Amino acid sequence: MRKRLGSWDVLVIVVLAIVVVVSSVAVEGFATSRFWGFLLLDVIPIALIALPMTLVVITGEIDLSVASVLGLSSAVMGQLWMSGVPLPLILPIILLLGMVLGAVNGLFVTGFGLPSLAVTIGTLALYRGLAYVVLGDKAVADFPFSWTGNMIEALPGTTVPWVALVVAVLAVIFGIVLHATPIGRALFAMGNNDQAATFSGISVAKTKFWLFVLTATIASLAGFFWTMRYASARADNGAGLELSVVAAVLLGGVSIFGGRGTLVGVMAGVLLLITLRNALQLADVPADTLTIVTGTLLIISVVGPNAAAMLRARLRRRRPAVSPAAGG
Amino acid sequence: MSTATKAAPPPTRARGDVRGARRLFVVRELGIALALVLLIAVTTVYNPRFLNAQSRKDLMLGATILVVLAVGQAIVVITRNVDLSVGSVLGLSAFATGKLFLAMPDTPIVLALLAGIGLGVLCGVVNGALIAIARVPALVVTLGTLYVFRGIDYSWAAGQQINAADMPSGFKRMGTQTLLGVPVLALFAVAVLLIAGFYMRSYRSGRQLYAIGSDPAAARLSGIPVGWRVFTAMTVSGGLAGLAGVLYAARFGTLDAAAGNGIELQVVAAVVVGGVAIFGGSGSVYGAALGALLLSMIGSALPVLRIDPFWQQAVVGALILAAIGLDRALTARIAARLRGRRARGA
Repeated sequence: MRKRLGSWDVLVIVVLAIVVVVSSVAVEGFATSRFWGFLLLDVIPIALIALPMTLVVITGEIDLSVASVLGLSSAVMGQLWMSGVPLPLILPIILLLGMVLGAVNGLFVTGFGLPSLAVTIGTLALYRGLAYVVLGDKAVADFPFSWTGNMIEALPGTTVPWVALVVAVLAVIFGIVLHATPIGRALFAMGNNDQAATFSGISVAKTKFWLFVLTATIASLAGFFWTMRYASARADNGAGLELSVVAAVLLGGVSIFGGRGTLVGVMAGVLLLITLRNALQLADVPADTLTIVTGTLLIISVVGPNAAAMLRARLRRRRPAVSPAAGG
Repeated sequence: MSTATKAAPPPTRARGDVRGARRLFVVRELGIALALVLLIAVTTVYNPRFLNAQSRKDLMLGATILVVLAVGQAIVVITRNVDLSVGSVLGLSAFATGKLFLAMPDTPIVLALLAGIGLGVLCGVVNGALIAIARVPALVVTLGTLYVFRGIDYSWAAGQQINAADMPSGFKRMGTQTLLGVPVLALFAVAVLLIAGFYMRSYRSGRQLYAIGSDPAAARLSGIPVGWRVFTAMTVSGGLAGLAGVLYAARFGTLDAAAGNGIELQVVAAVVVGGVAIFGGSGSVYGAALGALLLSMIGSALPVLRIDPFWQQAVVGALILAAIGLDRALTARIAARLRGRRARGA
């Protein structure tokens, strides 16, 4: 099982490499550092939210409210800015808001024992609705350039935005926590079997509660970035982004049933999704084809491993003479 | 099995359990119906014109498409699956209907209906086959086909918009006509609801869908063709989404590739509010239809109540949370009562 998982990560990375190589040769303008700078700006919000989402899905839960948290954070930012609150003060307020929104999700899921899919579909509507209540269909755009420009600033001498580096550092931290600490092992244990995890001394409810808090807080941070990057606070910012994040996480090989997945795979999945999308866009492929490609990739990513496993099982059954004792 | 019958509790108690479980269903649907009545009453008191003939018709028309989709979704959710692609199937089918009339203006309405349903069934077959044969979760498959079907829709439409003027008048009339004060389109929804309700309640294969949702492994062990039933449920959901697409075309006349974009979350919300447990095995299509009615009614009631329409989505979200919370509390109470009865009996 573990071996198959490892090969899935490798496969995603190989496909990513092929996409990069082919696009560099075939698509004019792809192999420029300027294009990669733009591409990384697109990657940042999805990669950022995908980090905690990976942990959530590995524990067997899901959070569909992330894009609405992003939107509500953006709307609150706009409202606060209009009423004269300085940006250095807005950022912590937004993060606090994210913690509260995540705590609501966590409370419903772990406190009342409700399925996270239903809860976060509810808060998806609730938070997005509140975003409209806060800001209506207005857009607040008069943020100072010292902030909006700085947010997309590249590292000196490169076109890599400095925020991408922050996300990369966070990714490394998340990766270490997930794959090399007792906390990470506990998350996998929960995803495989909640009850067994409980009996082995893991406080499942508490851990999941804090995961939801963490996810929403990071979604709020992504909301801050989003607002600054486009210099526009709107209630509909990031609408529908939850599907992209979930798609990237599943594409990266995380099982929707929990218990399986790697952070390396997820980051490769995010990069693959965005790179493919931007490369095709650059090659003047119409947007609707991109939608088909995204969907097909997602389906392949779940059907592929299953079909391979079934095929392997059938082949094994066909030559029983090799291991006669293995039957049953 | 024979030992089980010997050890079975006295029939009176068993019947009590069944009655308790049935009461749970009734309580759920009654609660939604009550909320619906309350909403209508308050709104009508506030503004009596809320229930005049014209707005009654608008309300029914508004709910029609959501009800048709919610019935299909309920059947799928009861088997512990979900169909996120319904909005895209609706869009595809609605656009196909427009294209059909554009190509052949004399197409009989029945044929257009069948074509839309057929297209939906085709989409449902794709979903069902991927889920049942490749044994992959419906959530992921239909998240994928949500993109794929919508993408096909967009590339087919290529920015084209079909206008009401392109539709034959007979078809448009179906979208506005009433029969004894009830819009014809709403009759479709009622027919779908009654057929599905009867099937889910009275047919063995319908009951088996509940068994699958309660415990897929147990259902498989007891000889229920789980894969086949799930495949059928997905196909039915697709077909109903196709039907909803034709109804959409009849109602709005103006069509582009974005029809029904994002409606999947509303449909799932309607089903959840209607008391269908998201992890399968319980609820009914009637509850789902009531949920759909309630959601679309909120949309019409808020402006009448002079509440900022920006509140609508927030109210819907709060309603979903309240519904699943209430559902949980009711289930827990019934379970406790059943446990208590059993303990006293033993």
